[in-house]
Amino acid sequence: MAKAVTLKELSKKELLFAPGHRLCAGCGAPIVVKMVLLASDYHLVAANATGCLEVSSCISDYTAWKIPWIHNAFENAAATLSGVETMYRSLKKQGKIDKEIKFIAFGGDGGTYDIGFQSLSGAMERGHDMLYICYDNGAYMNTGIQRSSATPFGADTTTRPAGSVVPGKTEQRKNLTKIMAAHNIPYVAQASPSHWADLVRKVRKALEITGPKFMNIVTPCNRGWRSRTDDAITLSRLAVDTCYWPLYEIENGVTKITFRPREKKPIADFLKTQGRFKHLFKPENEVLIGKIQESIDREWEKLQKEEACFAS
Amino acid sequence: MKLKNWKEVTPGAVITEAGSSVKFKTGSWRSLKPVWIEENCIQCLFCWIYCPDMAVKVKDGKRTEFDYDYCKGCGICALECPGKKGNKAILMVEEEK
Amino acid sequence: MAKIVAVTGNEAVANALKQVNPDVCAAYPITPQTEMMQRFSSFVSDGKVKTEIILVESEHSSMSACVGACAAGGRVITATSSQGLALMYEILYIASGTRLPIVMPVVNRALSAPLNIHGDHSDSMGARDTGWIQLWSENAQEAYDNTIQAFRIAEHMDIRLPIMINMDGFIISHSIERMEYLDDDQVQNFVGEFKSLNPLLDLEHPVSYGPLILTDYYMEFRKAQDDVESKVPGVVLDVAKDFEKLSGRTYGLFETYRLDDAEIALIILNSAAGTSKDVVDEFRDKGIKAGLLKPRLYRPFPYKEIGEALKHLKAVCVLDRADAFGGSFGPVYMDIATSLYPYKERPVLINKIYGLGGRDYLPDHAKLVLNELVELVGNGTVKSYKEYIGVRE
Repeated sequence: MAKAVTLKELSKKELLFAPGHRLCAGCGAPIVVKMVLLASDYHLVAANATGCLEVSSCISDYTAWKIPWIHNAFENAAATLSGVETMYRSLKKQGKIDKEIKFIAFGGDGGTYDIGFQSLSGAMERGHDMLYICYDNGAYMNTGIQRSSATPFGADTTTRPAGSVVPGKTEQRKNLTKIMAAHNIPYVAQASPSHWADLVRKVRKALEITGPKFMNIVTPCNRGWRSRTDDAITLSRLAVDTCYWPLYEIENGVTKITFRPREKKPIADFLKTQGRFKHLFKPENEVLIGKIQESIDREWEKLQKEEACFAS
Repeated sequence: MKLKNWKEVTPGAVITEAGSSVKFKTGSWRSLKPVWIEENCIQCLFCWIYCPDMAVKVKDGKRTEFDYDYCKGCGICALECPGKKGNKAILMVEEEK
Repeated sequence: MAKIVAVTGNEAVANALKQVNPDVCAAYPITPQTEMMQRFSSFVSDGKVKTEIILVESEHSSMSACVGACAAGGRVITATSSQGLALMYEILYIASGTRLPIVMPVVNRALSAPLNIHGDHSDSMGARDTGWIQLWSENAQEAYDNTIQAFRIAEHMDIRLPIMINMDGFIISHSIERMEYLDDDQVQNFVGEFKSLNPLLDLEHPVSYGPLILTDYYMEFRKAQDDVESKVPGVVLDVAKDFEKLSGRTYGLFETYRLDDAEIALIILNSAAGTSKDVVDEFRDKGIKAGLLKPRLYRPFPYKEIGEALKHLKAVCVLDRADAFGGSFGPVYMDIATSLYPYKERPVLINKIYGLGGRDYLPDHAKLVLNELVELVGNGTVKSYKEYIGVRE
C-alpha cells in the first residue's frame, strides 16, 4: 500500500512541469500533470497525445517538461510510449541502462476515447509497463470544443450545438474507465484534481504495479464548460460530489470506491455552473436533467453493487 | 531574441533544454492579480497544489510570495483558499499598469 | 565465408535483419510481407536475436511504436506492404521530420480498391515524398544487400533519416532464388554499434521530442531536412564502397546495363529489370544499341547523375509499375523527365504503365517497347507518350 503524503512533503519536491506553459488561465490540465509528476518517486519518461496540453507545453524552443517527453501524433500516445518502453526493456536487458524508469502517457479525451482508442487498447492488451492518464475535459477543446464520445449527454458543443431542434449532445458518454477495466489490466482508477490526496495516492499505487495501468481524471476546461477561470477545482469537486465522476479504483478486478460523498448532491448543482448546460434549464428541456440524474443514479448504484461484490 | 537560421536548428526539432518554458513569461496575460495576506494564511498549501501555473513559491514547506512572472490571474488560489476564521489569505485585485 | 543459399526474398531479408540484430522490432501481418516478420518472430522466440518485439494491433501503431523506440535511443525495424504502408502514412512524415533512422523493408504490393494482394509499386510510390530514403531491389540478393547497407545509410550521423528497402511482392518475396549470405560477424562489423542522437532515455539530459513549431521556425526545419536529403547520395556511395570490399558486389545510385553507347533505353525498377536485361541482350545481338537503367536510390532521387547517364540517348521508355493518377504520367517517368529537363539535347521520353496488381511482365512486353523505340528513332514520330501495356483493350 502506497504511503499517504502531505502537501508539505510534496512541496519540497522539484516541480517537473515548469511554468511558462501556455495553457489557458485556470486550465485543469496543468494541475493534473503537476500532481501526477509530484506523486512519483521514480524517474519518469512521458508521452503526450496531440492536444491542448501538448501544444501549450512544448512550442519551438520552449518546453515545460523537465522529464524526457515525446509527442508523436494525436492518436498514438499509447503506441508511441509502448515503443519507448520496449526500447527501455531491450537496453536494460542488454545492460545499457541501469536506472529504473516509469512511463506515463497523457492524452485528452479526444486522443484517448476516440482517435487514440485503438492505440490505447492495443498497448494495454500487450501488457506494457506504463500508466496511461486521460485528462478528460469532455470535448475536443484544442480545436474549439467539438463533441467527443466523452462529452456528457446534453452538453452544448460547437459540432452538436444546442438549437431549437437538437438539445446538445443526444448520446450518453462512453464509459472508458470500465472499458479499460475490461482489458483485465492490473489497475484502473478514476480521480479528480479536487481530491489531490486521492489522486496522488492512486498514481503512487499505479507506479508500484508492473504492467499496464489506466487512470481517468476529470479535468475542467473553463472555455469549453463555459464557466469561470477560478473554478476548476470547485467544479471537479462538484463532479465528484454529484457522483457524475465517482472516485474509484479497480485493482486486479476488485472494485473499490475510494471516496463516498457524505451527501450526494443533485446533478443540477453541477450542470448549472456551466454555460454548456444552460439550455437544459429551459422549461422544455428540464426533462433531460431528470434523464441525466437517472443515468447517474443508475451508474452509481451499479458501481456500489460492484464494490459490494468484493466486500464480503 | 535573434531567431536561428536553418543551419542552427536541432535535427528533428528536439528541444535539449529541459524546462526552458521558464523563459516565456505568462504574467502579462493577467487582468486580475492575487494578493497574499500573510496574517490570514494557515499554510495549508492548497494554493500551491492547485495553481495551474506553478506561480506560488514555496520555501521549506511554506508558501511565500506569488511568482508574478507566470501567474495568469485565474483566481483558483483565491477561491480555494480557506483563510483564517473566514478571512481569505488571497484576494484578487484589478491588475494595474 | 559467404554462404550460398536458396531462399525466398522474405527469408533473405529476415535473415539480414537477424544478422543486424536490432534492439526493437514492431511487427504486424500483411500479405506479402507476413512471412518476413513471422520468420523474424521465430528468431526472437528461439533466442537467436536480442530484439524485443512489439506485436502491435495495426501498422499505424507499428510506425508509432517505431518512432517511440527509435527516439528512446536504439536500432529499430519494422516491415510492411501496401495498405499497411498507406495506414502508416501520417507517421512516416513524423519519423523523417523527427530524423529517426528506422529501417523498414517494404514488400511492394498494389493498393486497394479494387483489393489486390500482388506486386506493384503503388504503395511505396505513394510514400515517395514522405522524406524516407528509398532503396529498390531487383532480386533477393539485392534486397538482402540493401537491407544491410540501409542501417549504415540511415544511421549515418550526417543523415539520420528513416529508410525503406523495396522488393516486389510475391515475384521476389515468395520466389526461391540462389544467393549469398554474409557471415553474422561480417554483418555485425559492417553495421557497427547504434549511435544515438538525443536519446529520450538519457535521464541526465532530458529532451522534448515533437514540439509545436509555428511560422517562425517551420521553414527552417524543412530547409534543414532538404539539405540533409542532398547529402544522402554521397553516403549511399560510400557505404556501397565499403560493402563491395566485404561482398564483392557493386552498388551505385542506380545500375546501368549496356547504356554507355546505347541509343535507346528502358528505365525500370525492381524485378522487371531482370527480364528486361535479357531482352536488351537480344536486341544487342541484332545490332541494335539498346540499354537499360535501373534506379536503386529512388528517394532522394539522384536527378543530376541520372540526367548525365541518359542525356546522350535518342529515345527512352520509362516503365512504371504504378500510375500517378491525375499526374498524367507514372511517377518514375516524371522524375526522369525532371532529370533530363536541364539538357538542351535530350532523348525523346515515353512512358508505359505495366504489371499493375501483379500482372505478368513478359519478355514480349520489353520487345514491344524496344521495337517502338527503334521505330520512333527511325521516323521521329511519337505514337503515344503514355500507354498501358499488357492490358486488354
